[in-house]
Amino acid sequence: MNIAILNGRVVDPASALDRQADLFIVGEKIAAIGARPDGFTAEQTIDAKGLVVAPGLVDLCARLREPGNEFKNALATEMHAAVAGGITSLVCPPDTDPVLDEPGLVEMLRYRAKNLRGPRVFPAGALTIGLQGARLTEMAELRSHGCVAFSHADAPLIDTQVLYRALQYASTFDYPVILRPEDAHLAGDGVAHEGQIAARLGLSVIPIEAETIGLLRILELVRMTRARVHIARLSCARSIDLMRAAKSEGLPVTCDVAVHHAHLTEMDIGFFDARCRVVPPFRAQADRTAIRAGLADGTIDAICSDHAPVDDDSKQLPFGEAEPGVTSVELLLPLTLKWALEEGVELARALALITSRAAGVFGLSGGKLSVGGNADLVLFSADEYWRVSPESLTSQGKNTPFVGYELQGRVHHTLVAGTVVAGSRSASAAP
Amino acid sequence: MRNPQLNKNGELTHLLSIEGLPKGILESILNTADSFASVGEREVKKVPLLRGKSVFNLFFENSTRTRTTFEIAAKRLSADVINLNINASSASKGESLLDTIDNLSAMQADMFVVRHAQSGAPYLIAQHLNNLGVEHIHVVNAGDGRHAHPTQGLLDMYTIRHYKKDFSNLTVAIVGDILHSRVARSDIHALTTLGVPEVRVIGPRTLLPAHIEQMGVRVFHDMAEGLKGVDVVIMLRLQSERMKGALLPSAQEFYKSYGLTPDKLARAKGDAIVMHPGPMNRGVEIDSTVADGGQAVILPQVTFGIAVRMAVMSITAGN
Repeated sequence: MNIAILNGRVVDPASALDRQADLFIVGEKIAAIGARPDGFTAEQTIDAKGLVVAPGLVDLCARLREPGNEFKNALATEMHAAVAGGITSLVCPPDTDPVLDEPGLVEMLRYRAKNLRGPRVFPAGALTIGLQGARLTEMAELRSHGCVAFSHADAPLIDTQVLYRALQYASTFDYPVILRPEDAHLAGDGVAHEGQIAARLGLSVIPIEAETIGLLRILELVRMTRARVHIARLSCARSIDLMRAAKSEGLPVTCDVAVHHAHLTEMDIGFFDARCRVVPPFRAQADRTAIRAGLADGTIDAICSDHAPVDDDSKQLPFGEAEPGVTSVELLLPLTLKWALEEGVELARALALITSRAAGVFGLSGGKLSVGGNADLVLFSADEYWRVSPESLTSQGKNTPFVGYELQGRVHHTLVAGTVVAGSRSASAAP
Repeated sequence: MRNPQLNKNGELTHLLSIEGLPKGILESILNTADSFASVGEREVKKVPLLRGKSVFNLFFENSTRTRTTFEIAAKRLSADVINLNINASSASKGESLLDTIDNLSAMQADMFVVRHAQSGAPYLIAQHLNNLGVEHIHVVNAGDGRHAHPTQGLLDMYTIRHYKKDFSNLTVAIVGDILHSRVARSDIHALTTLGVPEVRVIGPRTLLPAHIEQMGVRVFHDMAEGLKGVDVVIMLRLQSERMKGALLPSAQEFYKSYGLTPDKLARAKGDAIVMHPGPMNRGVEIDSTVADGGQAVILPQVTFGIAVRMAVMSITAGN
C-alpha cells in the first residue's frame, strides 16, 4: 500500500535527522522523506501533525512466553502489546518452555510470529542445551534458522570452563553472545538488594558483588576470547564503571539496562510490593543515578523493556514467592522519554537507545529511517499524557509498579513493513 | 502510602509489624496488657471481650509455643478458636494463600493469626482484605519469615517495663543470629520507638544483616565488649540449620564466642535481666546456669505473652 505520512516531526537518530517533513511509503519500504516522489498517489494518508515520526522501537529483551504458553494465546497478545508500545523489532530470550535450543523450535516460533501482525521477532538461541550450562548448542544450525545471538537468559552458568568454551566457539563465527552477569552462588536465593530495605523487611539478599563478580568473570573471558558479548540488564553503579573501563580498553562489549531500573530503587518495594520483584533487583539511589548517567554519556548502549507478562496468580504471593518480572513493552517508550525529560536529554539521543543503537548491538536492520529501507515506524505524541492502568495495557501481564503513573508519550500508529499494525490506542486520556 | 495496619482514623486494625507504629499505640497495648495480667490468676480465667468471635490460627509454619499462647489468649477473651495447620492441608493441594483466606473469610472469620515462612505474607493478607473493603476481619502477625514477630516484640517490652519500669535510661543488647531473626527486628523497632537510648546487636559478621546500623543500633562483634554495662540481654535462638552452610563452623564454636555464660553475663550490670524468646538451645546460645539463674526472666516472658496477645487481639478487634 502507498501511505503518506504528512506534517510529522521526523526524527531519525541514526542520520541525525530531526525536522518537520512528510514521509512516503511504497509497499514495505520508505520511498521518500521530504518531497513527494514522482507519480506517488496515497492510498492512505496519516496526518501526523503534532506527532513524532520515528523508527519503530527495537527491544533487546521481551518475553513472548512461547513456546510454553500456547494455550493462553500468549504470543499473539504479547506481539500485539509490543506494537501497541511502538516496538517493531524485538529479541526474545531463550528461557521458554521448552528452551529455544533446537532449530525446529526456533523455526516454529518464527513461523508463528510471521503469521501474526506484530513486530519482527528475532529469537536469541540458548547458549547451552536446555540452559543447563553443560553442553553447547548447535550454534551454526540455530543461526541459520534465524537466531541473532546466543544467550543464557537468567539461568546460571556456573562452570567457567563451559562459559569460556562457549565464548571461544561463538567468537570463531563472530556470533554475539548475551549474558546477564551474576554469580549464582552469591545471588543464592536472594530476592532483594542487599541494602537497608532488605535489612528492615527481612528479605534474603542479592549483593551488588553478585553482579560485579559475574561481570568481571565475563570481561576476563572476553579478553581471552575476543568474543562479542552483550551484557544484559545491569543494575548497579560499579557495573557501569566496569563497562566504561572495558569499553575504553577496546573490549568488544555492549550493554543494556531494563527501563524500570532507570526509575525505581529498593525504596519502591514499600510494604512488600511484589510488583517490584524483578531480576536483577532494584538497587540503591546511587545505583539509579549511575544508570541514568551511563545512559546519558553513552556507556550504556540500549534500554530494553525486559518485558515479562506475569499473571496475577504468580504475582499475588508473598514477595519472596512471587514470580519476578513486570509487564513493560508498552512502557518502554514513555519511561525512556521520562528519563530523557528529567535529565534534559534531547529526543533523538534518547530514542537512539531504543532504536538505532539497540539495533546496532546485533546488527539488526531496523531502528533507522532510510529511503529504500523497511517502513518500520512509530508515530507518537511526545507530550500527551496517559495514565497507566491494567485496563490501558494490551499485554496479558498487568503487573507493573508504574500503575497509576501519568506518563508522557502516547503511541498513535505503529507500522511494520509498511502496514499499520497498531492504530490509535484507546487508552484513557489524561484528566 | 497508608500504613496497611492502621485504619482511616490511624487506629490499629491489624498488627503486622512494630515498625511505623507510634509510641502511643505501643504504650496503650502494654497498658491494656497490664489490665489483663490478673485474669490468669482468677478462678474463672475469662473476660467476654471477644465472645462470639472466631479467631483462626493460620500456621503455615510449625510452632508450639506461639500458637498455644495465642490460643489461650483468645480463649481467655471468650473467642472461638480454630487451629489450622496449613502445611498439612490446602497448601499441599495447591491452593493459593489468598484463596485460603477468601475461603476462611467466607466462614465468617473475625481474626486471622498468621505465621508464615515468607517475610511479608501477613501484609499480603491484610492488603488483600483492605482492597476488598473488608474491615471486620483483623490480621495479627504471629511471625513472618525474617521480617517481624510483633507480639514477641511487645511481650519483650512488657517484660522489660515490668522489671526496669522506665525505658529512657536503658542499654539493651540483642545477641546471636540477628540476620534470620524476626524477633530481633521487632525488638529493635519497639526499643527505639519506646525511647531506649542505646540498642546493641552482638554477633559474628555472618549473622548480621548488612546496613543493620541504619535501624539505629550499635554493632558489636566482641560479646564481652558488647555486654559491658547493659541492663537487658536478649538472647536469640540459633537454628541448627545455620550450621549446614558457611555461616558458622560449629555450634561449639558459636557457644565459645557468643554463648551467654556466667562469665560474660558478669560484664553486664549486676541487676541485668536475661531474656530469650524460646525455645532455648542450652549449651549453644545460653549456658544452663544462666538460663536457670536468678537473672533469667524467660518463663515470666511466656506468662506475659498471654496478656500481651490478649491486649493485641482486643485492641485490633475493637478498631
